[in-house]
Amino acid sequence: MNSRPLQRTVVVRNPQGLHLRPADLLVKQASRYDAEVMLGREGQMADCKSILSILTLGASQGTELHLTAEGADAAEAIASIAELFDHGFYELEGAESE
Amino acid sequence: MEQFHGIPVSPGVAIGPAVVLDDQGYSIPRCHVALADVAAEHDRLVAAVAAVARTLETNRESTSRRLGDSTGSIFAAQLQMLHDPRLTAELQRKITGSQHTADYAVSQVMHSYASALRRLNNPLLAERAQDVLDIEKQLLQQLGAVTHRPLDSLVEPSVAFSHNLTPSETAGLDRTKVIGFATETGGPGGHTAIVAKGLELPAVVGIGPFLDRVVVGTRVIVDGDRGIVILDPDQATLDEYERGLLRRRELLARLDQLADLPSQTADGVAIELSANIEFPHEVAACLSRGADGIGLYRTEFLYLSREDEPTEQDHYEAYSEVVRAMQGRPVIIRTLDLGADKMGHRPLAEYEHNPCLGLRSIRLSLKNQDLFRPQLRAVLRAAIHGDVRLMFPMITTLGELRQARMLVNVVAEDLEEEGVGCRTDIPIGMMVEVPSAVLMLDRFIREVDFLSVGTNDLVQYTLAVDRSNEYVADLYQSSDPAVLRLILRAVEIADAHHVPLSVCGEMSSNPARALLLIGLGVRRLSVPPQALTKVKKAIRSVTIGQCREIAERVMTFEAAGEVDMYLMDRLSDLAPELIPT
Repeated sequence: MNSRPLQRTVVVRNPQGLHLRPADLLVKQASRYDAEVMLGREGQMADCKSILSILTLGASQGTELHLTAEGADAAEAIASIAELFDHGFYELEGAESE
Repeated sequence: MEQFHGIPVSPGVAIGPAVVLDDQGYSIPRCHVALADVAAEHDRLVAAVAAVARTLETNRESTSRRLGDSTGSIFAAQLQMLHDPRLTAELQRKITGSQHTADYAVSQVMHSYASALRRLNNPLLAERAQDVLDIEKQLLQQLGAVTHRPLDSLVEPSVAFSHNLTPSETAGLDRTKVIGFATETGGPGGHTAIVAKGLELPAVVGIGPFLDRVVVGTRVIVDGDRGIVILDPDQATLDEYERGLLRRRELLARLDQLADLPSQTADGVAIELSANIEFPHEVAACLSRGADGIGLYRTEFLYLSREDEPTEQDHYEAYSEVVRAMQGRPVIIRTLDLGADKMGHRPLAEYEHNPCLGLRSIRLSLKNQDLFRPQLRAVLRAAIHGDVRLMFPMITTLGELRQARMLVNVVAEDLEEEGVGCRTDIPIGMMVEVPSAVLMLDRFIREVDFLSVGTNDLVQYTLAVDRSNEYVADLYQSSDPAVLRLILRAVEIADAHHVPLSVCGEMSSNPARALLLIGLGVRRLSVPPQALTKVKKAIRSVTIGQCREIAERVMTFEAAGEVDMYLMDRLSDLAPELIPT
């Protein structure tokens, strides 16, 4: 049982930033876990299970975000969400072939 | 008593009970429920959410089937927003914690999300605000809160407050029910301001958030001269404003006596004084106040005030009504002057990052000739009823002017071939409202019959200020020396070529600035109907020599503030009656 939150820095890599589709993927992924998963940016915190809260972060390409997870399955949660960021929410292929 | 400051865009004072409209024209009053009813109110919300979820699910399925999954996913995203755990928690807190009604909680919470999204400065996300508001509307419909339109149930003339009013919403305000309005957003010179002036409704815009302070039905004052909104005024303030209203009525009555006197300076130099109108019904006010003609007939209302695109016949009827009523006095009809973003009838442009610099006005007309031709045909047809002149807005290059003129010739030939009654020899002019037009005016001037300086856009494009952007609206100053130099240059070129030039922007309706323009050599002004007698009073109070002195002095200044202070000082010497008290 890990009582201290896990932390990681992630970068928004997909060209259009955290718009509707990536936010949707993020919420679906976060909702699989019991852990509370938060994204922070310059003092603003967003709940990864809330699409409205993620959208209002307004994170564009290149934004660094502070990812934290707290709860029993925090480790799995943080790993799977970081993976989404690393893969640019699977939106990179189209942009690179441009 | 509480006081808010904004930007005055339409003069006059309105005193009356407040009514609050929101973007959709409905108002959600701030209501509380009794502690005992909190649980029932929350159940109402849960039922509404479930009902909206069912609708969204149905929409998603049917849209995906017809248009594919990617379009259907819009509704999937809305569903996810609707079930957002943060949203649910906030709504619950508002109802059970603050004892708000479900309606009010929904409207407050959804609006704060929508405005947070709009503030992001990311067009992709700002559009999501519409999704949030869409969900809000559906929830409110389920809650039974939005069938009620507040303006329909007003028993006495009221003052309308709103976050935002679009030009078409403003145009749709019933003048027997609304005596003035104030909005949280907006800036000077926007179309809403122009429409408000056209309706002679006192108006203040760009106040910032204040609607949550308004108690519906209490007495409020909108001071469209000073840009002040007062909620629940105390007796002394109320008395002062009512005395002011009385004085204003007396001054207007005195000014109205000038209607039939010629518009000329004290030493007899004639200044042609025409009116700017938006709606045909304004002609009556122009005539009763002695306008020499219509210096600017805006045609945007034809596009803004209806669901479908206006036909040639719609144009023709609107123009003919004005031309006939003016009984041979000149009527300058300006072709469509809107941005693609305002053309709801057809998608003319994909998202434009910068609509002020985008597909608008004459550019839009030239690219959409099926839209432009009916308007040109209607102008030529209406010309048989009087003295009609045609004017193109926002001309930036010679190519545009030539292309537009050529199209007029083509349309004229068509009409003649069809044997339709029309005039094909009407004067054609252009608006001078982009700096490039001033810089190239020595070339333009050989190809036009008249010029009209549109100061509103000229200021915007010279100073690089979006006049409807509240953050920079204070930089929008028609007295800026850069603008004055452009106007002076235009006047000099027009005089040298003996081409008539008028100034039709808002600048000319300010009596002090009108005197400056005359001093710069302008001999034709076009102003809103309600400013006619005021400007005539100013003109009749001065000599040309005095105006020239004003202009000479002003051209030595370096900032708009200096110019305006000096002008007010001069006006208070020359025509003290016109100084607002």
